[in-house]
Amino acid sequence: MNNKKPGFTIAVASGKGGTGKTFISTNLFNTLQKYSYKVTLVDCDAEEPNARQFTGGKKVSTKLVTQLVPVIDESKCVYCGKCFEYCTYNAIFFVKEARMIRVLDDLCHGCGACTVACEPYGAIHEKEDELGTVNHYEITPGVTVVEARTKVGVHSSVKVVKEAIRSAYDADVVVLDSPPGTSCPFIQTVASADFVVLVTEPTPFGMSDLKQSVETLRHMGKPCGVIVNRAGLGTNEVYDYLSSEQLPLLMNIPFDRSIARIYSEGNLLTEQDDGWQMQFNLMYNLITERYGISCNKW
Amino acid sequence: MKVAISATGDTVESSVDSRFGRCSFFAIFDTDTHNVKFITNTAAESSQGAGPAAVQLLAGNQVQQVVSGEFGMKVKPLLEQLSIKMLNLQNGQHTILDVLKQFK
Amino acid sequence: MELAVISGKGGTGKSSVSAAFASLHERIVLADCDVDAANLFLLFNPVNDEEMVFVSGHKAVIDREKCTDCGHCVSYCRFDAIDVRNDEVWINEIACDGCELCARVCPEEAIAMVPEADSRMYSGSFRKGKMVYGRLAPGEENSGRLVDLVRKQAKEIAKKENIATILLDGPPGIGCPVLSTITGVDHVVIVTEPTLSGLHDLKRAVELTHNYDIPTSVIINKYDLNEAIALQIKAYCSFEGLMVVAMLPFDRRVVEAMVHCKSIVEYAPDSEVSKLLQSACKKITHGWAVGCV
Repeated sequence: MNNKKPGFTIAVASGKGGTGKTFISTNLFNTLQKYSYKVTLVDCDAEEPNARQFTGGKKVSTKLVTQLVPVIDESKCVYCGKCFEYCTYNAIFFVKEARMIRVLDDLCHGCGACTVACEPYGAIHEKEDELGTVNHYEITPGVTVVEARTKVGVHSSVKVVKEAIRSAYDADVVVLDSPPGTSCPFIQTVASADFVVLVTEPTPFGMSDLKQSVETLRHMGKPCGVIVNRAGLGTNEVYDYLSSEQLPLLMNIPFDRSIARIYSEGNLLTEQDDGWQMQFNLMYNLITERYGISCNKW
Repeated sequence: MKVAISATGDTVESSVDSRFGRCSFFAIFDTDTHNVKFITNTAAESSQGAGPAAVQLLAGNQVQQVVSGEFGMKVKPLLEQLSIKMLNLQNGQHTILDVLKQFK
Repeated sequence: MELAVISGKGGTGKSSVSAAFASLHERIVLADCDVDAANLFLLFNPVNDEEMVFVSGHKAVIDREKCTDCGHCVSYCRFDAIDVRNDEVWINEIACDGCELCARVCPEEAIAMVPEADSRMYSGSFRKGKMVYGRLAPGEENSGRLVDLVRKQAKEIAKKENIATILLDGPPGIGCPVLSTITGVDHVVIVTEPTLSGLHDLKRAVELTHNYDIPTSVIINKYDLNEAIALQIKAYCSFEGLMVVAMLPFDRRVVEAMVHCKSIVEYAPDSEVSKLLQSACKKITHGWAVGCV
């Protein structure tokens, strides 16, 4: 791991999918770039990375993310079954009667317990197995997009996401496009952020998911603010919630067919509309004024 | 020979569970003695790898043939290597008894 | 019959479509398989008669009484979950993967594996029949096992109550929970929207249903927000031999219906969207013993 301090890190997240999380993160990234920041966008939605559809960029590097999986030397194996007993992931298949033992790489989490179990016999050594890639794309010097991409069928994207975030240290500002939901990969992403921008819709579904995200972030001690997207479609309940919970309303983006169209074609609103670009910059300034000192512990 | 059938319950009236790894019970039928016993599929509780774990369970019970609705990619090669035959029961409501009749 | 509604991407209006399909049936078992962000219960407000604890996994916890802070476990952990801070050994519960190795190597037996039991499964009744839904606690891995449980419960209820149709509202994406939702169902409906990312994610979802040989049809929601892309999606579908069962126009009333805790079919039965959804439901269930009303 590097010891270089990462820049101010903002995670853009939403409990519910499709609220416009990628729309916000790519436009924030584009705005900061226009205001001459050295900025890196990390696409942490490793199962379905799509931020690059909006930002473009030239690929400069690809890094393989691997984990260590066991290889069993059957000539040394005594079929005692201790490695099987140590594995909590069902990744070691063992039938004593048939003297059959196999490693199921797809199920392995690379914890190393089986290797420890086999120490007396030394029948297990380890090899590297691919989990996914971290791809770097350059827009202009100092402005980059980092994409975490898991290999299809891999049990968890956590390691690839961690690696992607880790490799984004060389910037003034880091924007993380977080995976949806509040499960493991979301927690891992927001854990490394100084501030979290939650994107919601003013609908009952959006509200319910927003509340869950806010509770989770509070439990983690992460400061957050809210962007209401597609405002005007739904209710005003969300604004009452924000004021009663003393959560900052960072931006209010009305539902507008022309905005929907720009997004649908893979284009950036802040590229086509200077007014919105200013709004995104204002939001960034608002966040840094209040939460500007990076409290990241690496 | 012992035959295992994935089952939704632990009686012969229960229907065949279309899933192999995550079925609730296995009916184990001995074609020589015509004895049927039901075992709980402990593998179903696994958060991952239920299929392979169920194969281990059956192999430990000296099963030589399995009847179920579907066999996944992880499970097939393991059953093949253990020379356990797979019988794929296509969609439809079958009870355990219906299947047992085929073997009697 | 089991029918699953999925969408490669979140936010395409999948749950609104599921809600409409549910209200188009006389009686149905509705199973919300989006356990990460279950929301159909908000709309249908079921009366729950069962709550079940779901143990999603285990986490290592140090017994402070027994721990001597020797640090032996630290080097064994591959998930960077054990730290020494101010000479005290400390487990980061977020990073812990539950592999149990630290507990096994601890010379003092000071580490225990504690079940994570904050997730739940509920079942109950609502105005159109029975409902089952799961709610996964924040931070827990969505392995698909809770989805399996929800489906199993839904099947049992359908059998007991003699209800012919089970409707599964699936999670977004194409990962394990989606696989758990669609394996073995009779039909999958993919709800998509006319955006480039919508098309991209639709293709990935279609790959999935083709791999499992499941009859699949497509609904293009809010098609008039970008008709050119909607046509592109339609062309892709005909190329893949997928039936586009509805192209729904954007209608504010779909959101208003949600605000009023109703499906669009209940809220605005005469709207074009409702009529199109009704015909889509008929096309899908055509040939089944029991179809839409």
